[in-house]
Amino acid sequence: MMSENPYLSVYTLTKYIKRKFEADPYLRNVLVKGELSNVKIHPSGHIYFTLKDDKSRIQSAMFRSAANSLKFKPEEGMNVLITGDVNVFEASGQYQLYVQTMQPDGVGALYLAYEQLKKELAKEGLFDARWKQRLPLLPRKIGVITAQSGAAIRDICSTIQRRYPLAEICLFPAIVQGPQAAPSIVDAISLAESNGSIDVLIIGRGGGSIEDLWAFNEESVARAIFSCRIPIISAVGHETDTTIADFVADMRAPTPTAAAELAVPSREELFERILERKRSIYKSFSHQIKQERKRLTTYQQSYPLQFPERLYRPFTEKLGGLDDRLLRSKNDITVNRKANHERLERMLSFYSPIQRIKEESRNIDLFSERLTRTMQIEMQKNSNKFNSIIRMLKALNPLDVMDRGFSIVYKEGNVVNSIENLEVGGTVQVRMQDGTLEADIKSIMLKYKEDNLNEQ
Amino acid sequence: MSNETLRFEEAMSKLEDIVQKLESGEVPLEDAITLYKEGMELSAYCHGKLQDAEEQLITIIDKEGKPAPFNPAKGQEPNE
Repeated sequence: MMSENPYLSVYTLTKYIKRKFEADPYLRNVLVKGELSNVKIHPSGHIYFTLKDDKSRIQSAMFRSAANSLKFKPEEGMNVLITGDVNVFEASGQYQLYVQTMQPDGVGALYLAYEQLKKELAKEGLFDARWKQRLPLLPRKIGVITAQSGAAIRDICSTIQRRYPLAEICLFPAIVQGPQAAPSIVDAISLAESNGSIDVLIIGRGGGSIEDLWAFNEESVARAIFSCRIPIISAVGHETDTTIADFVADMRAPTPTAAAELAVPSREELFERILERKRSIYKSFSHQIKQERKRLTTYQQSYPLQFPERLYRPFTEKLGGLDDRLLRSKNDITVNRKANHERLERMLSFYSPIQRIKEESRNIDLFSERLTRTMQIEMQKNSNKFNSIIRMLKALNPLDVMDRGFSIVYKEGNVVNSIENLEVGGTVQVRMQDGTLEADIKSIMLKYKEDNLNEQ
Repeated sequence: MSNETLRFEEAMSKLEDIVQKLESGEVPLEDAITLYKEGMELSAYCHGKLQDAEEQLITIIDKEGKPAPFNPAKGQEPNE
């Protein structure tokens, strides 16, 4: 048979090998210790991982039936003690450790290093929220630090292209795995910073084992990210992988695609936002117009503008009242004055002197009449008396006596009725009945005698 | 708003300012009319700019800081 066709089918060979594994009693019940790596918990409940130590590794699987009894969640870097069996998975031709039981055995060295650095940087405050820079809303230039070829850059570019083609992408290629990775990433960060136009920086790579992602747990990378002035989004591995870079970055994205989504807004959202702004502007504006119109209407309908005459109506009324009062007052004053005047007039006429004048005038007449009468009587009386005196006087007139021979002697105008003041040689005047003569005295005799007549 | 060199993000931030001003309700009516017009123009400008943006610029920057076109599908510079 072998000479006819010496070549085995892959399946036959694999079957043969599988039988060898199954035949070995030691491999049926293995006790093994190692560190967990690349742990994947399948939604079905099966757990797949690589068990490893410094020198070797073995693919392992723990099916749900066994996994259900686990008291802890298998995590990257854990050191574990395992019982199980080794067999061949025919489809891939790989031998695998099928795990029956698993318990933790201390912590893996890398995991320990990770925990230590994390603790140290946290203590230093590098993870503090106050250092987190805000991502720009609309970045112009997006820097990407990742491998030049690989799913990460493709995912990032296609995501940004789809969401926000306005942005420019600048790739700063870096080695993201292996011993050169950390310095390469640090260099790329400083290159991006010195470029000067990068608005946001995505640093990351696709998923992998803790060793694959290790550069992102290096202190130098963490410090470069921390001191970078450009906001940084970290995007390392898958959802479950958390690196130091993730803690120190301004924003952590679970995957490169998610980082691109965080870095730029989506075009659809922006269209929506522009529309929203348009609506807001329209709404505010029309609201304002409405408000202003309402205000205008309010003013137009306001009492003063609606009934302007009512504004001055009170004044008109007041004026009318005052007019009336003024008129009334005027009348009152006139009537009062008139009455007063009449009263005074009456009083005046009552005390008028005309009556007295008349009376007195009558008295005067009376008196003057009486006076006249009295006077006449008196006159008559006196006249009679005068006449009688005249008669008497006429009877006594010395001139009449002279008719009978008597003369009157004057000396210097005075009648001389004695000789006493006469002297001889003097002259006297002698008045006769029909004239006067001057006579010189010749002699004077003291005794009065009738014979001396001729001396005269 | 004839300024065609206005960047999208500047136009957007102007638009935001106008919205805020108008929403505050403290702008006099005359200014509000101007703002309204400007806002509508800006939104049309932004919309157009976003609509027309088709070709994305992707560059790769080497260690000396020199840029070169880059095609992520090929994973390397096209001229190499």
